[in-house]
Amino acid sequence: MIFDRFTDEIKTIMSRYPVKRSALLPLLNLAQREEGFVSESAMREIAKILDLTPPQVFETVTFYTMFNLKPIGKFHLQVCKSLMCALVGSDDVVGWIQNKLGIGPGQTTPDKTFTLSVVECLGSCGTGPMMQVNDDYYEQLTEEKTGRVLDDLKRDGTSTLKTGPFMYPQPLAK
Amino acid sequence: MAKYEKILLNNMEQPGYSGSLADYEQAGGYQALRTVLKDMQPDEVIEVVKKSGLRGRGGAGFPTGVKWGFIPKDHPGPKYLCCNADESEPGTFKDRQLMERDPHQMLEGMAVTCFAIGAQTAYIYIRGEFRLGAKILEQAIQEAYGAKYLGDNVLGSGLTINIFVHQGAGAYICGEETALLESLEGKRGLPRFKPPFPATHGLYQKPTVVNNVETMANIPHIINRGGEWFAAIGSPPKSCGTRVFCLSGHVKQPGNYEVPMGITFRELIYELGGGMRSDKPLKAFIPGGASAPFLTPEHLDVKMDFESVALAGSMLGSGGVTVMEEGTSMVWAALRLMEFFYHESCGKCTPCREGSSWLVQTLQRIWGKRGRPEDISILEELCGNIAGRTVCAFGEAEVAPILSTLRHWRGEYDALIREAQETMPRTKEIPVFTH
Repeated sequence: MIFDRFTDEIKTIMSRYPVKRSALLPLLNLAQREEGFVSESAMREIAKILDLTPPQVFETVTFYTMFNLKPIGKFHLQVCKSLMCALVGSDDVVGWIQNKLGIGPGQTTPDKTFTLSVVECLGSCGTGPMMQVNDDYYEQLTEEKTGRVLDDLKRDGTSTLKTGPFMYPQPLAK
Repeated sequence: MAKYEKILLNNMEQPGYSGSLADYEQAGGYQALRTVLKDMQPDEVIEVVKKSGLRGRGGAGFPTGVKWGFIPKDHPGPKYLCCNADESEPGTFKDRQLMERDPHQMLEGMAVTCFAIGAQTAYIYIRGEFRLGAKILEQAIQEAYGAKYLGDNVLGSGLTINIFVHQGAGAYICGEETALLESLEGKRGLPRFKPPFPATHGLYQKPTVVNNVETMANIPHIINRGGEWFAAIGSPPKSCGTRVFCLSGHVKQPGNYEVPMGITFRELIYELGGGMRSDKPLKAFIPGGASAPFLTPEHLDVKMDFESVALAGSMLGSGGVTVMEEGTSMVWAALRLMEFFYHESCGKCTPCREGSSWLVQTLQRIWGKRGRPEDISILEELCGNIAGRTVCAFGEAEVAPILSTLRHWRGEYDALIREAQETMPRTKEIPVFTH
């Protein structure tokens, strides 16, 4: 069972809430972190842990966009397509990725490294166009920067171009 | 351009400020919490916040002190505070900066709020995409526990205050307070009917206050410097204090700007934001996030406070100001926003669920040069049947882009339809909708 290694973490999570069901989203997050997606067996296990029925878990999973019901590539490229990013060229970003990797929105590269999705507003509207890759944000994208990020990710598994704690505009040096 | 005193962004703009507990304490942090625990009663704290005139900074602008006052005093059993960190309104990115750069500011605000309303447990509902923000908050919370600002027996007062971070999983609607509570309870984030309000029947049907991150961040300053001080800033009596406005779109210098309420849009866009990014003039702007009706260059001198923007036919909302230059199609802009609303509709109410789908299809046809003359009246009729007929305010929000662009730029819609009529083949082809 995938959660056997996490009994302590699960206990900590569940201790935060007076009602068991509240731990559902954190546990689903844990499952996705472990397996890369939310599998049926994970959902059944979570249902048992939280005294829910499997359909109750499944109906909740399908509501939230961040849970993947199928495995995806190692790096999930999520490009924001909402109006504020679109005004500053988010459609171009999708095009650059398409040219470089040969995949369109909703597709995965044959070597399963990258999956491309277009998503709604990620809360980075002043520094668009931008994308989220797994846990990290990459903002103010140009064709060159996008290419570098993809190369870094493929080569090193991470990129130094990711955004740290957000502040924009930066204050002028005093 | 340090014309205006910054309150919320002050600490983080000092060189070398890291947001750590040590830095925050050095900047005078956690004084407010000490003050309320030592010298004030919960009712007094609520009165101070009422006097300050602070209104919610999430978008609805409900007076914060009044909201706290609705919590029943003698209610047996637990009460809860939920901090709404689900910032998902397109155009808005202020809470992210507040959380990631100065987390203790909002944590102190939450601790004071817990004291004022008698809550022992608080949850920060942060959107799932803000992974860095969640990590920073969890670290800050650990620091606060270590220094006894949180936990059992806070600062020796005998009180218990616990704060937990709860990550969402990608749902704009969970920023609506009752949908947030449903999501915190581990369910699909469908909004609840109001009344009853969260103040009496909130999280787990217990009395709950839901407040935005920026609202929480203001609390320590109001305690430290007084309700009257806050009420004198900005545009009293209805719009007091500063706001962190989020500038985006076709400006030279987008980003977060903290200014007193009541400055004009012209000042924000042209002086603080550096003006338009190219020689193309301003065509349209949205004053308060995707849910706010579009405004025209005529409205540039409207003051940025709740009442003035409402009088101009829009809303101050979340404070996300998006600027569009000449050459932007308003039909395309409305379509982009409509696609957002269609995607984010929770599905509970038939008018919103079916109406958003119908609206986006119709707009796609018009934009794709397959529109028909009757499409405009279809749009108007649909909007009329959605707004005001839903459980939550999402209905009003989703019709705002279409109705306002129709009102101010009707010609663009007509031109696209005319073009379609002239170029469409005369066959009975039924357009097919693809997701």
